Amino acid sequence: MRTIPFDQIRDTVARLCIEANCILGEDVVRALEKGREIEESPTGREILNQLLENQQIAREEMMPICQDTGWAVVWLEVGSQVKIEGGELYDAIQAGVAKGYTDGYLRKSIVADPLRRKNTGDNTPAIIYTEIVPGDRLKITVQPKGGGSENMSEIKMLSAADGVAGIKKFVVDRVWRSQANPCPPVIVGVGLGGTFEKCALLAKRALLREIGSLHPDPFYAQLEQELLEEINKLGIGPQGLGGRVTALAVFIEAFPCHIATLPCAVNINCHAARHRSAVI
Amino acid sequence: MSQIKNIITPLTEEAVKSLHAGDAVTITGTIYTARDLAHQRLVAALQNNETLPFDLRGAVIYYVGPSPAKPGRPIGSCGPTTSYRMDAYTPALLAAGLKGMIGKGNRSPAVIEALKKYCGVYFAAVGGAAALLAQRVRSARVIAYEELGPEALQELVVENLPVIVVNDCYGADLYQEGVRRYKKEG
Repeated sequence: MRTIPFDQIRDTVARLCIEANCILGEDVVRALEKGREIEESPTGREILNQLLENQQIAREEMMPICQDTGWAVVWLEVGSQVKIEGGELYDAIQAGVAKGYTDGYLRKSIVADPLRRKNTGDNTPAIIYTEIVPGDRLKITVQPKGGGSENMSEIKMLSAADGVAGIKKFVVDRVWRSQANPCPPVIVGVGLGGTFEKCALLAKRALLREIGSLHPDPFYAQLEQELLEEINKLGIGPQGLGGRVTALAVFIEAFPCHIATLPCAVNINCHAARHRSAVI
Repeated sequence: MSQIKNIITPLTEEAVKSLHAGDAVTITGTIYTARDLAHQRLVAALQNNETLPFDLRGAVIYYVGPSPAKPGRPIGSCGPTTSYRMDAYTPALLAAGLKGMIGKGNRSPAVIEALKKYCGVYFAAVGGAAALLAQRVRSARVIAYEELGPEALQELVVENLPVIVVNDCYGADLYQEGVRRYKKEG
């Protein structure tokens, strides 16, 4: 067994919350620069310019890329040989989120109850997903997820007969109905298969992929490419004001499926596909 | 993009009439932040004939819930939030004198109609350009609803805040026109 102190986990999570919110990934920056080259709309190009300038200011000043610093979604890969010392793992994650959002001047956007809507004051609770893996390491990924793009997400229980055509129709239509609301250019996470709730989780996890990376399965790599092309024909463009660059990437995660089902979930991310990882 | 127009707040009817969908504009002067819950309270106050925390005549409301200001800064990151959530409240505010709104995303037909009827304008700021927009804010102070945290009503003084006219007082809609122009069939 290897022992990891509670405080080290808390401080790592706090740092990841701040860095994820203030430093846009190099893959996203490259995708925005490429988008600026291919965008035909002058307004669209000006918007992409503003987004690139914005990420530079955010990085230099260590201030949030977006005022919506999101819900802290935390993905854990816990080695089976890891023992936490000085407290419980989930408590360390929650303490880290509270510390990061407070110390980093990040916006606290979580209300304690969906109807009575009183702000919790420190952006907790985080949403935590845990996987037990072999080994003695702890991998933590913090993925702040904004509300505006989350609101444009959807799951549909398709019929097996709907197949690839049904999936394409649903995903493209979901982006079409979103128009300007999720701050395009967007990144589209697609979950396929699993159960109702597993499918939504796959769509969220798909958003962690690096832009430019190919799906390991050529079948899905091609489907991702086809979906991206169809979405970029919609004309929505940067900020929905018209243009070619509506999405920077489409990422699919597939999982085994029941013979009677074909769940398909779409989780939309704005251009700021924020996530940051650390291995302790 | 067309040449950038500079406008000063509070907005006059003449200024609103000079703006057309697609215009790139910079705004200088005082604007007010308000989003979901603040809107609910403002409209409730209007219905009860109470005095509002600021003068609505010619006013511009910015739909934003800023991140907290770092020490020595007037404001944290402050990009626009999605506007459709405010649609239900907007016609009443326009009827009471509101002239401009800054947000992102489409407005309802009722809002577009009210912009024509009461001579108002809807601007989009670039969603996600929140650190850049923060640099154009000279000062910020909470004037009401402090207990709402990021949703508190604030008075901002801005200089050259970059926005784009989406819905003008003539019924034009840049979202629809822009997307129509670039949509490819098949």
